[in-house]
Amino acid sequence: MGLESALGEGYLTTRVDSMVNWARANAAWPMPMGLACCAIEMMAFAGPKYDAARFGSEVMRFSPRQSDVMIVAGWCTYKMSHAIRRIWDQMPDPKWCIAMGACASTGGMHRCYGVVQGVDNFLPVDTYISGCPPRPDAVLHALMKIQDKIKTEHSVMLDT
Amino acid sequence: MSLELSEPLQKVVDSLSEKFSEQLIEVYQSSGDTFIRIENSALIDICTYLKEDLGYIYLSDIVGTDRYTSDDRFEVIYNLLSFKDQARLFLKVWCDEENPELESVANIWPGANWNEREVYDMYGVRFKNHPDFRRIFMPEDFDYFPLRKEFPLLGIPGSIELPNTTPDTD
Repeated sequence: MGLESALGEGYLTTRVDSMVNWARANAAWPMPMGLACCAIEMMAFAGPKYDAARFGSEVMRFSPRQSDVMIVAGWCTYKMSHAIRRIWDQMPDPKWCIAMGACASTGGMHRCYGVVQGVDNFLPVDTYISGCPPRPDAVLHALMKIQDKIKTEHSVMLDT
Repeated sequence: MSLELSEPLQKVVDSLSEKFSEQLIEVYQSSGDTFIRIENSALIDICTYLKEDLGYIYLSDIVGTDRYTSDDRFEVIYNLLSFKDQARLFLKVWCDEENPELESVANIWPGANWNEREVYDMYGVRFKNHPDFRRIFMPEDFDYFPLRKEFPLLGIPGSIELPNTTPDTD
């Protein structure tokens, strides 16, 4: 691996937590929950110009069973909230959630009876992105925040 | 009231006032469009006549309105189009707050099906003899009509259920 030439006869120490978190953080596969115009920016985020592959998140998984990060992109009606929650419950742990844009975060300009005023009413959101819609850079930033969060988690032993 | 009707619309107004003189309440123009308000009871007869004899084969839209008056609170507007005459006609009916009920025109123009369901969903105007009468946007068990004036913008708290967020416990 080339490591031998640098280390010689030595060895490296680390924690299992760090190893696992390093692996998890760099392979956070998104579940694209595209509900409105934010989904277009989310596509740009995955595309070659902004290139989510640099962070190991290029594989948009349309199956909740295979995904780690749910990106709720767009406004969510009360009727849709049940479907989203169902998909969220189908995602295996550990999982994280990004509320992308003003609508998913707070209801945004859809201040009315049919729209849930923020998906945090029924989902545990980790990162909120401002903007209407946010630039793909902002989605990358949210993803990096998620990576930071993953790296500080206790993934093997519970800190009790 | 001076009306400047185009030739085909003048023909419609003339033949309607001849055939349905009792049920024709008012004819007026606004922003270049022609509006005819009729009695509820004659809705089916007039619609059938407009389609079969006057060529208004296309119903482009049905719109509800909350006029927020003590009498005849709700208004339903039928937006009709004649390809033959290239003319557009708006047909209006009023119904009261206590029992807002109209005959369905879905058996004349099948496209009215969803439009009427939408008017019911938003204003609570019921349509008799509708082939598939239920709400279209809001949940089936929703108790309110959101586009009525007294309905608050943000809705009634708790009136629509959010998903259960603790599925692992009872």
